[in-house]
Amino acid sequence: MSVLVYAEHDNATLNKVTLSVLAAAKEIGGDITVLVAGKGCGAVAEEAAKAEGVSKVLCADNDAYEHQLAENIAELVAEVGADYKHILAAATTTGKNFAPRVAALLDVAQISEISDVVDGDTFRRPIYAGNAIATVKCADEKKVITVRGTSFDGVAAEGGSASVENLDVVKDSGLSSFVNEELAKSDRPELTSAEIVISGGRGMGNGDNFEILYKVADKLGAAVGASRAAVDAGFVPNDMQVGQTGKIVAPNLYMAVGISGAIQHLAGMKDSKVIVAINKDEEAPIFQVADYGLVADLFEAVPELDSKL
Amino acid sequence: MKVLVPIKRVIDYNVKVRVKADNSGVDLANVKMAMNPFCEIAVEEAVRLKEKGVVTEIVAVSIGPKAAQEQLRTAMALGADRSILVETDEEIQPLGIAKALKAIVEEEKPEMVILGKQAIDDDNNQTGQMLAALTGMPQGTFASEVNVEEGKVKVTREIDGGLQTVELKLPAVVTTDLRLNEPRYASLPNIMKAKKKPLDVKTPADLGVDMTPRVTIEKVETPAERKAGVMVGSVDELVEKLKNEAKVI
Repeated sequence: MSVLVYAEHDNATLNKVTLSVLAAAKEIGGDITVLVAGKGCGAVAEEAAKAEGVSKVLCADNDAYEHQLAENIAELVAEVGADYKHILAAATTTGKNFAPRVAALLDVAQISEISDVVDGDTFRRPIYAGNAIATVKCADEKKVITVRGTSFDGVAAEGGSASVENLDVVKDSGLSSFVNEELAKSDRPELTSAEIVISGGRGMGNGDNFEILYKVADKLGAAVGASRAAVDAGFVPNDMQVGQTGKIVAPNLYMAVGISGAIQHLAGMKDSKVIVAINKDEEAPIFQVADYGLVADLFEAVPELDSKL
Repeated sequence: MKVLVPIKRVIDYNVKVRVKADNSGVDLANVKMAMNPFCEIAVEEAVRLKEKGVVTEIVAVSIGPKAAQEQLRTAMALGADRSILVETDEEIQPLGIAKALKAIVEEEKPEMVILGKQAIDDDNNQTGQMLAALTGMPQGTFASEVNVEEGKVKVTREIDGGLQTVELKLPAVVTTDLRLNEPRYASLPNIMKAKKKPLDVKTPADLGVDMTPRVTIEKVETPAERKAGVMVGSVDELVEKLKNEAKVI
């Protein structure tokens, strides 16, 4: 029994979500190997080697893996994965992109976004935007799984001392190439790992008005998110979307400002420990999931909140 | 070029789902069904490419029960030229669906397959990637922009950190994200015209594919309800509660 965990990273540092995937791997049981694929990603491999419970790190450092192109990564993971019973990746846009491709290459099912490990064959996962939780059992010899990071408390980042082995496997399909990337730059914490998230919806009116949320966020050390309505309206970029098909967050405190609370939005945040809703419509469905609701004009309430923190 | 657009019949996105009392699944009896929203975006993108003169033929395909013909008629009302239903009443899962689609791809030889990134029922987000792997095609998932050039397509993808653009050799698979376009509504004359467009019905056996499910659903449960919260009367009260009661700030 052994588990292969695919490391999520930006070639410089290990993304914290990998620690959550390692926690899921630990629950499955067996020896854990981490695969780091990228370019100039040696520091990531060293970081992964220190994570709790890791026995071995495989580092595939090559131009072909620099941008995590699914065609190349899937071929690599399918080949390396031949020796493992479980192959795990984070349910991020990277993991969701290549993991089904790996499963198809291996002719096995892929189990998406698990939120619980029951045993090595059985997992729980949300379906219908989290309105139902399915317990699924996979009959395939090998399991390819993506893990919902917010459902597992990450293992310790330090304390381990796994060996790092360089992997000289180059898979370059030649079918796809990287053109460019526009990555959001922010000094605020990352949405999916922030302790506090403050999100704005259609009620914000426009992108400039998000400034009042940024002010509060900076006082609280919070990340800023948005509903689909706010992203579709062009107020803020897509990487801020919280919901069924956006990011799934589960912070200690989630503040929904001017968000009505469509089921697709609730799917992305209802596992938050404490939910605050500020909305001028007292009938808004968001109040049904909020621990603390305030019926108020957000343009008065948010600046007042800012002044009182 | 020819484009294949696989679509799925799912519960309407406005319907609040109920888990069956025996925990065997979700109650779909007498529930409004519709085309999966991401599939509508896929149809729309194909139609826009046809309007631009890039695409010459759009073939919609669905795998599922006889009733999925309704969604194929909708796709044709929106602009698909013809459609194929691979009819089955058995439970179908992404790998089996991808295998059936591969067989259709081999028959139809499209230069591009455009499909939704995920279905809003099982939230799997797998079929496009699996089809790409099985057919050896490159993939542009979670697309927010698609630009076809000579022999290749540039796809801008919505990723966690922002946007990424990749270039794929054709034929390729593209899966749609929310911001790719805003689907149109079918006009009445087009709905009438769609009734006369060809709709072929096949079976998995005709395609020679094994669609046996690999995953069994042991049970389906309602998630834990959140406890009812309280309404606060002022920002002061909210701050006080967050500090002293919830202790989160």
